[in-house]
Amino acid sequence: MSFFQPILILGFAFVAVFCEAALPAPRHWLGAGIDLLPALMVYTALNASLATVCLLAVLGGVWFDSLSANPLGVTILPLFVTGFAVYFRRELILRDLPFAQVVLGTAASAVVPVLTVLLLLNGGRQPLVGWGSLWQWIVMTAGGAAATPFIFALFEWFGRTLGYRERTEMGFRLDREIQHGKILK
Amino acid sequence: MFKQKNYLALGAVVLVAVLLLSLPTRATVRLKLAVSSWFLPLFGLAGAAQQLPADLADSVLPRRELLKEIDDLRRENQQLKEQQIQSVTIARENDQLRDLLEWQRQSPWKLKLANVVMRDPANWWRTVQIDLGSRDGVQTNMPVLTTEGLVGRVSAVSYVSSQVVIIGDPNCRISALVEDGAHDMGVLSGSDPVDNSLITLTYLTSSANLKPGQSVMTSGLGGVFPKGIPVGKIYDSRPIEYGLAAEARVKLNANLGALEQVWVLYR
Repeated sequence: MSFFQPILILGFAFVAVFCEAALPAPRHWLGAGIDLLPALMVYTALNASLATVCLLAVLGGVWFDSLSANPLGVTILPLFVTGFAVYFRRELILRDLPFAQVVLGTAASAVVPVLTVLLLLNGGRQPLVGWGSLWQWIVMTAGGAAATPFIFALFEWFGRTLGYRERTEMGFRLDREIQHGKILK
Repeated sequence: MFKQKNYLALGAVVLVAVLLLSLPTRATVRLKLAVSSWFLPLFGLAGAAQQLPADLADSVLPRRELLKEIDDLRRENQQLKEQQIQSVTIARENDQLRDLLEWQRQSPWKLKLANVVMRDPANWWRTVQIDLGSRDGVQTNMPVLTTEGLVGRVSAVSYVSSQVVIIGDPNCRISALVEDGAHDMGVLSGSDPVDNSLITLTYLTSSANLKPGQSVMTSGLGGVFPKGIPVGKIYDSRPIEYGLAAEARVKLNANLGALEQVWVLYR
């Protein structure tokens, strides 16, 4: 699994960005698209290496920006800051608890769009921001929070399916063998 | 606590981000279009998957319904042919009158149909990508419209696809005029981030006589959009800047939330 993990994470990021651009349904129903990259970054920061966190931030950010009117590279830093903050404290986080996953997913999905818009405004761009953006931010945050446990469950399933199985211990042990009718002296 | 590899990772990612952000605009546009073309095979697959239910539904349609549909289409085709003959006659007469007045002749619109293949994944921009590119003769700033009205303009072109910035995006400002007696002119600018059917018409004079339902169309000023493309209808208006100016909200004719096919207007 260790070899497949970065490939699976990057593959998932590619498909997630594609789905965000190709599927208009969430935007029709909720008025905002849901970004899955922050939720994926939470999983990556808790379960993968720092190199994978960097790769996801760079490639995920570039893929996202290439389909968007964002300046190329503007999404890299918000994703990386989120991933790095989680990675830095990951030994203290109870990563197997769904509640912890939801809380981290909420925080990441809330922080990434805000940081991106702040970077855009700082760079002299004029993104479409108004009172309606508050609703979009809530939808993105809630959507990312809901998606995080599913991403953990999906990658756990991938791990079970593609990873090496642990060698099971045999019940039979030579030193506990009872030999009938033989007295050892 | 903060190991050397952490510093290295932080430095590498920041360097990549800064390098990408500081690239010249032309290089950035090319790089973006090159990277976005990686997604095109997936879009082809998605398109085929979306088409499959429609094809299946067509294959089980009863023969009687198909015949009725053919009959309706023939009738509609006949009506359109008659209208085309009338419009050709009117256009010829218009050209003759323009020649008499020594006015410049109006060039007819050349349109090409394009499919909308993807939308902007970021919620703070209004752009879509279409499946026509430079190989089809598309150039930047070409107007894009539907049969209902204006959609936007082409903002970036790659070999096989183009990015269209649609009305309501801060990067798509359009000079427009209201079809009232005075032909009041203004600039169509931003829209609400959630509701993209209403757009603001600003820079109107305080004396503008605006009423709900009046048509709004492109003015032809600015050199990007030809005059007379319908945009929408006045929804409401209000004075701004202590009554020194006015602004109005325009209900767009085109349904920007459900764009599937658009026309690119060639010059």
